[in-house]
Amino acid sequence: MVLSDSEKIRFDLQIIGSTIEPESRVLDLGCGNGDLLAWLETHKGVQCTGIEQDKEKAAHCIARGLSVLQGDLSEEVEDYPTCSFDYVILSQTLQQVYEPAQLLKSLSRIGRKVIVSFPNFSHYTIRLQLLLAGGAPKNDQLPYSWYDSPNIRVITLKDFRKFSRDVGYTIVKEIAINTNPASNEGHVVHFLANLRATYGIYIIEKYI
Amino acid sequence: MNRETSHSHSSVGIVEKQYYTFAHHPETLRLECGAEFGPVTIAYETCGTLAEDKGNAILVAHAFSGDSHVAGYYRDDIEDEKPGWWDSMVGPGKGIDTDKYFVICANIIGSCMGSTGPGSPNPETDNPYGLDFPMVTIGDMVNAQKALLDSLGIERLHAVVGGSIGGMQVLQWCVRFPEMVRCAIPIATTMRHSALAIAFNEIARQSIMADPNWNNGNYYGGSRPDMGLAVARMVGHVTYLSDEAMRRKFGRRLQDKETFSFGFDADFQVESYLRHQGIKFVNRFDANSLLYITKAADYFDVVESMNKSGPANNTRQDKIKYLIVSYTSDWLYPTYQAKELVRTLKRTGQDVSFCEIEADCGHDAFLIPDDRLSKLIGGFLNGTV
Repeated sequence: MVLSDSEKIRFDLQIIGSTIEPESRVLDLGCGNGDLLAWLETHKGVQCTGIEQDKEKAAHCIARGLSVLQGDLSEEVEDYPTCSFDYVILSQTLQQVYEPAQLLKSLSRIGRKVIVSFPNFSHYTIRLQLLLAGGAPKNDQLPYSWYDSPNIRVITLKDFRKFSRDVGYTIVKEIAINTNPASNEGHVVHFLANLRATYGIYIIEKYI
Repeated sequence: MNRETSHSHSSVGIVEKQYYTFAHHPETLRLECGAEFGPVTIAYETCGTLAEDKGNAILVAHAFSGDSHVAGYYRDDIEDEKPGWWDSMVGPGKGIDTDKYFVICANIIGSCMGSTGPGSPNPETDNPYGLDFPMVTIGDMVNAQKALLDSLGIERLHAVVGGSIGGMQVLQWCVRFPEMVRCAIPIATTMRHSALAIAFNEIARQSIMADPNWNNGNYYGGSRPDMGLAVARMVGHVTYLSDEAMRRKFGRRLQDKETFSFGFDADFQVESYLRHQGIKFVNRFDANSLLYITKAADYFDVVESMNKSGPANNTRQDKIKYLIVSYTSDWLYPTYQAKELVRTLKRTGQDVSFCEIEADCGHDAFLIPDDRLSKLIGGFLNGTV
């Protein structure tokens, strides 16, 4: 995978960016400071829209010249006409969503493809912590304690594959990666992904 | 000190009020109410330099009691005179950067700040129009601005920007002349008035019409309905503030006294403040203009035309780039109304950005210097060149 021109954004965003077709329409949910959107506009000529709950971050994005709506992503996605976007991106947010099945249904309505990424809870370090130390696992990807975590769900690659099958999504692509949060570097994991990957990235489509 | 040099780093400097008159007899401006009206004079000001291709023009639409004096100073301003009403936003290096853009601000038709309104002389009688002035709408205000732009040879606007009733004009521009608008920034505004907003406007109007001096609008040259207009302003002013802002500014503090007077003097600071605002307003605004402009705002409703516009309706291919801004403490046009606008724009396939700004100063927040709004607008405009 060629990533030479994407050194400045987070590694998982580089991977997501690399899968997006040029000139397409993209909606990035929880777009943060707009790094991925800015990268996509510059490098792929993509028509971008972002949704961000945090007012300061949303304002920062708009001041960068990006089209961004400040609001709650579960509510905001409801108003778009069907197939408004070629890609809808939900990066590192699924584990914080109250009704993930409902949200993914909405996303697959407004986007032809949905790109979902989340921290993999079956990474071997997490398994070992629970097994050996007996405490709720913490690592670089999931740094919170049980009482202050915004993450209300734990997801593994295996679980997501099963969920997609059960609900009727086709997994167009699965990319398992090993990287740290906020890091620009990492690598794609090809073997024993559910054990060795820190993040899973999935491109799914509604199976018709 | 010389104003031109003392303000040169942040101000557009000296500006001049100009006038454009059109719809001379036998031509007329057809108004939405059906009347054929003319002649029409529009007072306007410009700052910055119009590019050779005339592609850098930004129209700023003022709010209800505003005027064309958007930024800078007049040559004959007295010492310590305040600059134009949006001087914090419009100027060299500011949110609307006059080093890059040519800014036009026109006084709305129906007002009393230089454009034709109920206080202007009726050419048929040589007396002020009074209530013979036709009912004008936000759409008529926009048509008059369009006539002005035509006269300046401007065929496309880089942006239309405005707050409150100015925001209504922005939305009207987008549905009426979409092919002329590249970016639109409606701030603290709504697609149509709620019952609450109409109610406050009606109280303001009734207070003027109940003043015996109002005399069915025929008071020019005699005693003016000052008391009615002052009370109307007091009501209006409360709707521009917020519970938080009034608590912070006044609380229950007393004005120049330790104890209650047990009478109807202004005991509380808030009473004294509102009386002061009322009196100040009487000196600069015409009561009939308030009647006409508030009614225009109440009649304004672009919900249907917004729903029918935009790329999703195939009415036109080019998208307008929208930036919608609302304020947390605005109870006149609360955020839910801005969100309705955002929803409509999403449904119709428009390119829309939205941000709610945290501010406790209510509806008027957009007029108060705030770096956040300047950055938002500046970045948005520059990202769309």
